[in-house]
Amino acid sequence: MGLLKWPRWWVMPRKLREKGILGMNKRNADYIMRYNPRRLYPLVDNKLITKQLALKNGIAVPALYGVIEIQHQIRDLEKMLKDRQQFVIKPAHGSGGNGILVVSGRFNKGYQKAGGELINIDAIEHHVSNILSGMYSLGGLPDMAIIEYCVQFDPFFEHIIYRGVPDIRIIVFRGVPVSAMIRLPTRESDGKANLHQGAMGIGIDIASGVSCSGVHHNRIEDKHPDTGYAVTSIEIPHWQQILHTAVKCADTVGLGYLGVDIVMDRELGPLMLELNARPGLNIQLANQLGLLKKLQQVEAIGELPKSVDERIAFAVKLEK
Amino acid sequence: MNKGIVRFWAVLLIALGLGIAFYKIYYLGLPATPQQSTEVWTVQARLVFEGEGKPAKAALHVPDVTPGFLKLDEDFISSHFGLAIDKTDGNRRAEWSVRRAKGDQTLYYRVILARSDMDQTWTSVPRYPKKPEYQEPFASAIKATLDDVRSESADIGSYTRELLIQLNSAQPNENVQLIRGQVGTDNAAWVREIVEILKGVRIPGRILWGLNITDASNRATLEPLLQVHNGKQWLTFHPVTAAQGLPKNFLAWRVGDVPLYELEGGKNAKLEFSVTKTYEEMIDIARKGAKQMNSFFADFSLLSLPVQNQNVYRLLLMVPLGALIIVFLRTFVGLKTFGTFMPVLISLAFRETQLYWGMFLFVAIVSLGLILRFYLERLMLLLVPRLASILVIVVILMLLISLVSTKFGYERVLSITLFPMVILAMTIERMSITWEENGAQEAIMQGLGSLAVACLGYLVMTNENLMYLMFVFPELLFVVLALCLLMGRYTGYRLSELRRFRAIVAEDK
Repeated sequence: MGLLKWPRWWVMPRKLREKGILGMNKRNADYIMRYNPRRLYPLVDNKLITKQLALKNGIAVPALYGVIEIQHQIRDLEKMLKDRQQFVIKPAHGSGGNGILVVSGRFNKGYQKAGGELINIDAIEHHVSNILSGMYSLGGLPDMAIIEYCVQFDPFFEHIIYRGVPDIRIIVFRGVPVSAMIRLPTRESDGKANLHQGAMGIGIDIASGVSCSGVHHNRIEDKHPDTGYAVTSIEIPHWQQILHTAVKCADTVGLGYLGVDIVMDRELGPLMLELNARPGLNIQLANQLGLLKKLQQVEAIGELPKSVDERIAFAVKLEK
Repeated sequence: MNKGIVRFWAVLLIALGLGIAFYKIYYLGLPATPQQSTEVWTVQARLVFEGEGKPAKAALHVPDVTPGFLKLDEDFISSHFGLAIDKTDGNRRAEWSVRRAKGDQTLYYRVILARSDMDQTWTSVPRYPKKPEYQEPFASAIKATLDDVRSESADIGSYTRELLIQLNSAQPNENVQLIRGQVGTDNAAWVREIVEILKGVRIPGRILWGLNITDASNRATLEPLLQVHNGKQWLTFHPVTAAQGLPKNFLAWRVGDVPLYELEGGKNAKLEFSVTKTYEEMIDIARKGAKQMNSFFADFSLLSLPVQNQNVYRLLLMVPLGALIIVFLRTFVGLKTFGTFMPVLISLAFRETQLYWGMFLFVAIVSLGLILRFYLERLMLLLVPRLASILVIVVILMLLISLVSTKFGYERVLSITLFPMVILAMTIERMSITWEENGAQEAIMQGLGSLAVACLGYLVMTNENLMYLMFVFPELLFVVLALCLLMGRYTGYRLSELRRFRAIVAEDK
C-alpha cells in the first residue's frame, strides 16, 4: 500500500537540499549547539522551572495543582487531587511526551484516562512513583511529578479530533517564529500529541494562522485518520496571541532555537504547555517545507528588532 | 570555523597515527598483516674438548656483523663455565672459563637468524698495507699481473674483480701459472695469497669466514671469502668466481685470520657447526628485531607486556572500533539502538559465545525477560527494585539456559557467564518502556537494530586482521579518534532522513 502511494523509498540528498530540509545532524551541530547555551537547558528541561518562569513573565500556563518530589508524598496524592475531575500528571524532566498521564474524568473510585481506560488510584500512585524514580527523565535521574490543570480544549477542535488535547508547536529561532504546526491526537496516539506516537501534524502558515497540509506517520494526509474531517484550510483562532506567547517564551528563556508548545483552552485561550530545547524535525513534514531556508534568512540578519511585534512582523514578511 | 579546527586536528591525528604505523612497517619491519611466517635458521656451534683437571679457558669467535641476517636470539650454553664476551675489530669473541675442567666438556653457541634487509656492515677502517718484498721469481710475476690489471680498471672494486678474473682465468698466462703453483686448491690459502698480492698495490684486503646456511645440515664448515676496503667500505668477493657481494646465504662469522677457537687447559678440541631451518611468525621476528635495534617504538610496544595482559589489550583496543561503528550508524545511517554503546558491549559478549549462540541467547533472554517484565509492571514495583528483579530474572534465565543446553550437550553455553547481565537487564527495561510509550513496533525495531549493530560490531571486532592491526599498531587509535572528530562535524543528511522526508519531495510531482 505504502509502496504504491510512494513508489520511491529513498530520495536523493540533493532533492532534500533543494527543499531546504534541515537534517538531524545539522540541527544539532549548527543550530542547537550554536544557539542554545547548555546552561539554559534546565529552564526548559525542568517543566516546573519553566512554569514558574512563565508565570513571572506574564505568560499564561496551565494552573499548577501540586508537585510530588519524594516517594513519601505519594500518600498525600489522593488528598492533593481533591475532587478534581480532570488533571494531568507529568514528569518535570520528561521528554518526548513520555510519562504524561491525562485523567479526563472520575467515576466512583475510578479514574478515566484520556484514552478512555479506567484505572484506580493505585495505578496513578505507581505512575507517580515511576516518575519520581526517574523512569521518564533523561539519564534516569530522580525526578518530580507535576500535577496540573487539564486543558479544556477549544470547541473549535472538537469535530476534528478524536480525543485528547491538540497542541500547537512553534519553532522560534532567534526570537522569530519560523515554523508552526498543530498536532492532533489520534486513537493510535492514545490522546497524546506526539507525532512519533501516532498523532497527526498539520502545518500552519505563520502569517495567516491557516492550516495547509497534514502528515500522519510520515505520510501526507488531508483528513484526520479517525474522524475523516479535512484538516486543511482551518483558521486557528487567536493566532496573533499564539505567536506573541511563543516569541515571549523564547525571550524569557533565552534559547535561540526553541520549540514552544501551546494549547488552546476553551476559557483561558492559548496556554504555554512546555518548551523544548531540541524540537523535532517533523514540523517540516507537516508544512511540506524545509526549515533551512528561513533559518538562514534569519541568521543573515545581524541585529533583529527588540520588540515582539516587530519580530512577528518580520516573521510574517518572511512567510510571503 | 569550527569545522576548520576539527579538520586540522583530524588531519594531524591521522598523519600522526599513520606516520607511526608506516615507520613501524617500513623501518622496523613489522608486518602489516598477521600470520606471515618466514624462514628462521638456528645455527649452532658446538665446541667439545677434554678437560685436564686444571683451569680451562676456551674462546670462540661468534658472529658480530651479519649483513643480510638479523640475529633474533643468542644463547651461550655452558654448564658451569663463566662467560665473557668482548668485541675486537670486526669480531666478537666469547670466552668461557672454569677453575677446574675434567673429562668431556661441551660448550654451545646458538644463534637464531632471520633474513633482513636492515643495513648493517663492517665499520672498521684498515690502515694501508706496506708494499711487501716478494721473492723472485714471484716478484716479477706479481708485478706483471698487477700492471696488466691496472690498465683495465677504474676503482678498487673493479680492480679487485679484474685481478681475480685474471688469476682464475681458464687459460692462465705464465705469470698466473707461477702464482697459482705456489698455493694448492685450498681456498683459504688462495685468499691469503690474493691479500698478499693486493698489498703490492696497497689495497687493504682480508679474509672473511662465513657459513653457508642454505639447508639444514649437521656438517657445515666455515668458508673463506675475500674482502677489500675501498676507502669507504669493505667489498666482498668470491676468491674463485670473482662474484662481488655477499652470497645470499652466507652468514659472516669472523673476519681476518684470527683463530676460530682457542683452548687452554684442555685437549682434543673439536668444533662442529649445525644449521636447522624452521618457520616463525613475522611478528615475533619483527618484535625481536626491533628490540635489537633499540627502537623507542619497540620499547613502547604492547608486545612487551606480559602475555595475559596482552589479551586484555587485544580486546580493549577493539572497543574504539565498535564505538566508531556506532558513531557511523548513528550520524550517517540514523539507526536507533537501545543505549548508545550497549551494542558494543553485546558484541564483546558475542566473542565469548560465538555469533549464532550469542544472537540466540540475546533474543531468548530479552524476550523471556520482557514477558516477565510485563508481569512485574502489574505488581507496580519501584524502579530500582524492579531493575534489580529483572537482573535476578536475567541471571536465572541464563542459568536455566545453561543447564538445559548442557543436558543436550551444548557446552558452548557455559561461556555465557561473561554475558553482560546488567546490560541485558537495562535493555529489557528500556525495551519495555519503549514498548509501552511508543508501541511494540518501535520497541522491536530498536531491539532488532541493537542486535544488528551488535552483530556488525562482533564481525568487525573479531576480524583477525583488524585485531592484529590495532594491537601491533595501537597508534591507529589516533586515526579512529580523527574519524570520530570528523564524523562529529558531519551536518549532512542521515540515510534514514532520505526516507523520512521523502514525502515532501514526492509531493512535487
